[in-house]
Amino acid sequence: MSESERQAGAAAGAHQDAGQAAGGRGGAEGLAARLAAARAAGRAALIGYFPAGFPTLERGIESARAMVEGGCDVLEIGLPHSDPVLDGPVIQTADDIALRGGIRIAGVLRTVREVAAATGAPVLVMTYWNPVDRYGAERFAAELAAAGGAGCILPDLPVEESEGWRKAAEQHGLATVFVVAPSSRDARIAAITAAGSGFVYAASLMGVTGTRESVGRDAADLVRRTKATTALPVCVGLGVSNREQAAEVAGFADGVIVGSAFVRRMLDHAGREAEGVAALRELAGELAAGVRQPKAPGAPAA
Amino acid sequence: MSEYFIPDVAGRVPDAAGYFGAYGGTFVPEALRGALEEVAAEYEKAKNDPAFVAELEDLLVHYAGRPSPLTEAARFAEHAGGARVFLKREDLNHTGSHKINNVLGQALLTRRMGKTRVIAETGAGQHGVATATACALFGLECVIYMGELDTERQALNVARMRMLGAEVIPVRSGSRTLKDAINEAFRNWVATVDTTHYLFGTAAGPHPFPALVRDFHRVIGVEARRQVRERAGRLPDAAVACVGGGSNAIGLFHAFLGDPGVRLVGCEAAGHGVASGEHAATLTAGEPGVLHGSRSYVLQDDEGQVTEPYSISAGLDYPGIGPEHAYLKDSGRGEYMPITDAEAMAALRLLSRTEGIIPAIESAHALAGALAVGRELGPEGLLVVNVSGRGDKDMDTAARYFGLLDGEQGEGEDR
Repeated sequence: MSESERQAGAAAGAHQDAGQAAGGRGGAEGLAARLAAARAAGRAALIGYFPAGFPTLERGIESARAMVEGGCDVLEIGLPHSDPVLDGPVIQTADDIALRGGIRIAGVLRTVREVAAATGAPVLVMTYWNPVDRYGAERFAAELAAAGGAGCILPDLPVEESEGWRKAAEQHGLATVFVVAPSSRDARIAAITAAGSGFVYAASLMGVTGTRESVGRDAADLVRRTKATTALPVCVGLGVSNREQAAEVAGFADGVIVGSAFVRRMLDHAGREAEGVAALRELAGELAAGVRQPKAPGAPAA
Repeated sequence: MSEYFIPDVAGRVPDAAGYFGAYGGTFVPEALRGALEEVAAEYEKAKNDPAFVAELEDLLVHYAGRPSPLTEAARFAEHAGGARVFLKREDLNHTGSHKINNVLGQALLTRRMGKTRVIAETGAGQHGVATATACALFGLECVIYMGELDTERQALNVARMRMLGAEVIPVRSGSRTLKDAINEAFRNWVATVDTTHYLFGTAAGPHPFPALVRDFHRVIGVEARRQVRERAGRLPDAAVACVGGGSNAIGLFHAFLGDPGVRLVGCEAAGHGVASGEHAATLTAGEPGVLHGSRSYVLQDDEGQVTEPYSISAGLDYPGIGPEHAYLKDSGRGEYMPITDAEAMAALRLLSRTEGIIPAIESAHALAGALAVGRELGPEGLLVVNVSGRGDKDMDTAARYFGLLDGEQGEGEDR
């Protein structure tokens, strides 16, 4: 990591490196370029998650933009679902607020379009399979690509059931990011990474989304086992919420995924959403600094 | 071979990937995949293990009280067009419903897998009570997830579960009913899968649960088929059961699948009427989608958001349905009819006053359906109706509905 990198990361809001390098290209290609740029800069990428329509459609767009401005390299925009079985209470609450506020797929796609256009960052959609299936895989892929989206993460769509979606995604130049878990056996990890594109989402622990005191001990081992099967970047999510943890994960992964910590910041600012947006920008800056100061695995806390 | 545990040896459905035609499958987070494969593998081994079958049979006979009787309901039948009506008395099983059949089977599997903790969802509380019972019997730690709304309307069952040593966790998310209890159980399972078995309570969910739960309930239909032939000298014209997730219905129906003359009639909860939008009639008004790990019919909006169901019956208040029922519906082998709250409550009162049997509100939907099918068939008709559970747990709801408590008036106008 260069000294200029270090400084850029330390200054919240001053993060411009990889973003410009990728040149704002859309689709899976732009995502790959952005992750490669971070790697070339000798650091892990910061991937932020935020649900569309939360706390309102406009404020959600503003929030996602602030996260990129603060230092996120890549964004995952959540398409809220009535039955988020993989999500803990924080994202459940946000999904609930978004759905009661009337978020629809058109609003999600608008969020993707505006955030991608304004920031040049690759924007993925993360959701459950039923909304995409019901909308139509082909239609969803076409519209997401048209909005400038980079791909999709569908954690309840296993590889075995994913062929139809993957065809549509590929045809429209979108990445399909699959999740591997600490319980996944090596052969299965190989099957998953062979089918996936963009990056591999390594779940740091066995659990739902939410902030945790510490990153799961299994995460480094899972990244190692996953990297043995693929050249795709391996990014780690679940439980990462602060600079310290981001630095720890950046020590062994290609990317650090943070969701609930962002959502919680906004929940903590209910009724003061403008301050909430500022808080998101600030958190992104802290995390961006973290991914630029990787801690060697097993090293004591700084 | 004993009649108490006869898995679908014909193996017609599901296929290896857990599909019943277009329905079923395994739509779960990667973290749960291994656990489901473990359950499927253990079940395959167990069902071919004579020791497992013998132990299950012993429990079903000496603990649960099988076989359950087949009771002819002659006075009730006068209101069913004069058709002969036989009641399959799952309400007389230990714990008061059919749920014990599946629970004992899965508790044995839990022990075989070396797991020490069990979680389960419950709607009306019948599956929760049965699970808590088996966990007490086997010395397993037990946590039951129950929608907060259901803990209120089925307070007696909450007390029963706690008496049995289970922890009951009221679920406050979503519609605060069965669907949300299942979400919460899955969330817990992802984090505890090393030590914990999710003792799924209905013939839905990801593979292998639809097939496994069905197999443990097949005993209902196997016994009923033998019993009705002994008593009436022939097969029935129809087998009738209520469907929420669909476990008691698939248990009754399955033994009759190969009997084309036997209509298989499932009764869905129509709440305030399908047209009102306040119902849980998934096969009548839903469309194919993915909920709780499998593809089946789902009550959902045009963008795949699951809509909130409604039924007076906590056990039927569910926006999904087991995939095998979806398959039976599409193939035309199964018929599914909506039954409103009012029709079910009238049937509950009728059975109570003509036969001295107070059924669960869930089962009352089947009885209301039987009245309609009986009138269609006329005096030559012969019906088997599954009384899947007893109504003790529902007395609070029924008392309010009918105004049975001094100084209160109900909407059902009893006196």
